[in-house]
Amino acid sequence: MLGKLDWSAIPFDQPIPLVAGAVVLVAILAVLIWVVVKGHLPYLWHEWITSVDHKRIGVMYILLASVMLLRGGSDAIMMRIQQAVAYQSQGYLPPEHYNQIFSAHGTIMIFFVAMPFVIGLMNLVVPLQLGVRDVAFPTLNSVGFWLTATGALLVNISLVVGEFARTGWLAFPPLSGLSYSPGVGVDYYAWSLQISGVGTLVAGINLVTTVLKLRTRGMNYLRMPMFCWTTLASNLLIVSAFPILTATLAMLLLDRYLGFHFFTNEAGGNVMMFMNLIWAWGHPEVYILVLPAFGIFSEVVSTFSGKALFGYRSMVLATMAICVVSFMVWLHHFFTMGAGPDVNAIFGIASMIIAIPTGVKIYNWLFTMYGGRIRFATPMLWSVGFMVTFIIGGLTGVLVAVPPADFMLHNSMFLVAHFHNVIIGGVLFGAFAGFEYWFPKAFGFRLDERWGKAAFWFTFTGFWITFMPLYIAGMLGMTRRLQHYDVAAWRPWMIVAAFGMAVLTIGVICQIMQLVVSIRNREALRDRTGDPWDGRSLEWATSSPPPVFNFAFHPDVRGEDAYWDMKARARQQSFEHDVPEYQDIEMPRNSPTGFVCAFFASIMGFALIWHIWWMVILGGIGAFATFVVFAWRDHDEYVIPAEEVARIDRVNLEERRSLVSMAGAV
Amino acid sequence: MNLLDPRGPVAAANSTILVDSVFIMLVIVVPTIFAILAFALWFRASNPKARYQPDFVYSGRVEMVVWSIPALTVILLGGVAWIGSHQLDPAAPVPGTGSPVRIQAVSLDWKWLFIYPDQRIATVNTLTVPAGAELNFQLTSSSVMNTFFIPQLGSMIYTMNGMVTRLNLRADNEGKLQGLSAHFSGDGFPDMMFDVNVISPLAFPDWVASTAKSDAVLNEDSYKKLMQQGIERSRPTYRLEDPRLFDLIATQHIPPGPGPELISAAGRSHGGGHDAR
Repeated sequence: MLGKLDWSAIPFDQPIPLVAGAVVLVAILAVLIWVVVKGHLPYLWHEWITSVDHKRIGVMYILLASVMLLRGGSDAIMMRIQQAVAYQSQGYLPPEHYNQIFSAHGTIMIFFVAMPFVIGLMNLVVPLQLGVRDVAFPTLNSVGFWLTATGALLVNISLVVGEFARTGWLAFPPLSGLSYSPGVGVDYYAWSLQISGVGTLVAGINLVTTVLKLRTRGMNYLRMPMFCWTTLASNLLIVSAFPILTATLAMLLLDRYLGFHFFTNEAGGNVMMFMNLIWAWGHPEVYILVLPAFGIFSEVVSTFSGKALFGYRSMVLATMAICVVSFMVWLHHFFTMGAGPDVNAIFGIASMIIAIPTGVKIYNWLFTMYGGRIRFATPMLWSVGFMVTFIIGGLTGVLVAVPPADFMLHNSMFLVAHFHNVIIGGVLFGAFAGFEYWFPKAFGFRLDERWGKAAFWFTFTGFWITFMPLYIAGMLGMTRRLQHYDVAAWRPWMIVAAFGMAVLTIGVICQIMQLVVSIRNREALRDRTGDPWDGRSLEWATSSPPPVFNFAFHPDVRGEDAYWDMKARARQQSFEHDVPEYQDIEMPRNSPTGFVCAFFASIMGFALIWHIWWMVILGGIGAFATFVVFAWRDHDEYVIPAEEVARIDRVNLEERRSLVSMAGAV
Repeated sequence: MNLLDPRGPVAAANSTILVDSVFIMLVIVVPTIFAILAFALWFRASNPKARYQPDFVYSGRVEMVVWSIPALTVILLGGVAWIGSHQLDPAAPVPGTGSPVRIQAVSLDWKWLFIYPDQRIATVNTLTVPAGAELNFQLTSSSVMNTFFIPQLGSMIYTMNGMVTRLNLRADNEGKLQGLSAHFSGDGFPDMMFDVNVISPLAFPDWVASTAKSDAVLNEDSYKKLMQQGIERSRPTYRLEDPRLFDLIATQHIPPGPGPELISAAGRSHGGGHDAR
């Protein structure tokens, strides 16, 4: 009846996951009860859960990423404490638990923090920057988000029902095969990634189509803001790389469920092929994450320097170069698997070539600052912090691309330090910069600067204190994923790193405090103009938060930095153009398709993990039926009458006029 | 286990390339970081002396320079990578004094078995080698992937079931070193550290002779016992019965090692194997 599921799946003997799970469960229940009692449920359902508004979906993606960041961060804290204490002892985490933690940490941070964070920001901002009213496929967008949430849900269920993978975040066979991992951990891993992978793929298709097909009048490719370019590049990579991940995990699942032999030791399976395929997805994946971050920094550096982005066309070229070359370097992840010197050298050099366009980007940001009038608001701090940090990460990255150096550094703590250096210093700093920068756009009030700056300084110094010791430990021969060790020379560095982790944690607490304080003081921090940073691109041309239709009129773009241009013209002409004639606007209707589909996908995923076949069929039919119902819908749009559009837009125009006249007076 | 304290020619060459590459990059990285901080500080809005040039958004000369600097660095490093990959190919021989020593290493769950086919002996978790001689490794795995790595001797290489990888090293000084597995392989992974005794070439034959007197014999049966999952704290030595044992493992005539022993029905249902200790 319940497949492999019985009471022994609940780890009653392990207090840490049980208590953590109980706390989370109580918190979720408390929130739910509060929502129901206060009568917020209809609001949540109509305005958020079934919303197909790209801005709402973007916010939900970021919320998911933030919650999962706390989960992945707790894993990180536990690992750093374990390695600080597990010298000549077992520490406090037994291997079967420690191994789950580092596997979950990697999986969560990449798939359920970094990915939803950048996809959320792209969703929120790109249609606004392109001057359009929505993404290409609004309902599909909602489906993509909810399927990602399903994956996150399954990973969290594994905390208390069964176990998570103990194989590392890429679950290499044969260790992840049925013979060596007979438990449900790898199944939790694979099914949650399969389901959320579908979500990511549809998000990618949606955003590529949006950038290619939906741009406002005059917004040709070489007038798009840099963030739109990096979004295009990143989503092209998603569309081309994620099917590889899906196929690879499907083969692993066939091995595990139906006795296939793609990646087994026996019967002609090839374990090297898994590593080959997973990295053919895995390397583009890091550029999927970091390219949008590069876009965010381009926007932030240009805005806060009060200058257009230096060498815009050069930046576009660099972005697309990274997009293409990133697909040709994956082999550097296994130089030490016995490939010949020609193969190693060619892929090593190809990997270094990516450093050229990346270096160009750094220099172009540098020259954007040159001759600028730089305001050090929080987003700009994150950006300068990024530039300094990322260069070091780039240096160590090129270093491990040199095969003879990699022969010593592969899989070491040096490598761990390197990819945290680029993912924290690049992606996470970028996500935080984007969060601070676009928060006023999403919610209509700015974030508290004092707490924001404190968060930056603690995170920045915490990062260096945590990861520089790991570089050193790597140079002392320490490999990754050690649950305990006996080498005295490594220990001091592990203790310093644990201390750094404490500083990083303070950074995260500051970030939470910033949110709390800002929400409390939201009236004082209110942004009525829609343009709190003196921005340059079209998202600042509408109110904060933007109306559901984004723009009453499709803006007319006449050059790069469209909104900056408009402001300049408006100042000269003091906004004396004709009173516009408002028209009805058609917008897509909300749809519960995404949520209902993800509900059935969750059931199906859980049932697949536990071999509960009747439930698998039930979930599958439910998910499919949801799509059929959606496909046969009669009404998919509703009309906002012209008077309503006019009423909303006039408020915005008034505020904006006073802003321009004030700027004119100064 | 300091990588910058090499005890053999491979490690010495690897670490030289490592250090040189870092310095080549630092030449441009340090000025760039300096420029970032300097520009950011000088052009702050509150500095009245800084000149605001909002129209400085393109310069062909600057673009030329910013594409050239990283490109030139990469050309230089690419040369290092090309030559280094060929000279330090793990499969390329490393000439030494005296006759080469053939060692066949097998990663087991979770210990290392070192077979000396020519000497007809085998050891677990202890690798004894003569200083100065060419060490000729053939590597495979009994079950999951591992990576064979002696940091102070240089290059690491994967071990995989059903396959043989090759690695050539040389240890120049007598002394004790440590080796480890550098690819996660399951619950007992941290205990896959092994000792490396580099002894004088004159003492090596004596060590071989004394090991060959061992009571324990390594053959298919004792190997199958050894490959059960578990940690080996004592460091047994064996007399090797069949010098072709390694080939039998690598060609899967001896099937891959078993996975975790399921403790109970409950363990089978969800947890798989439990405590490695």
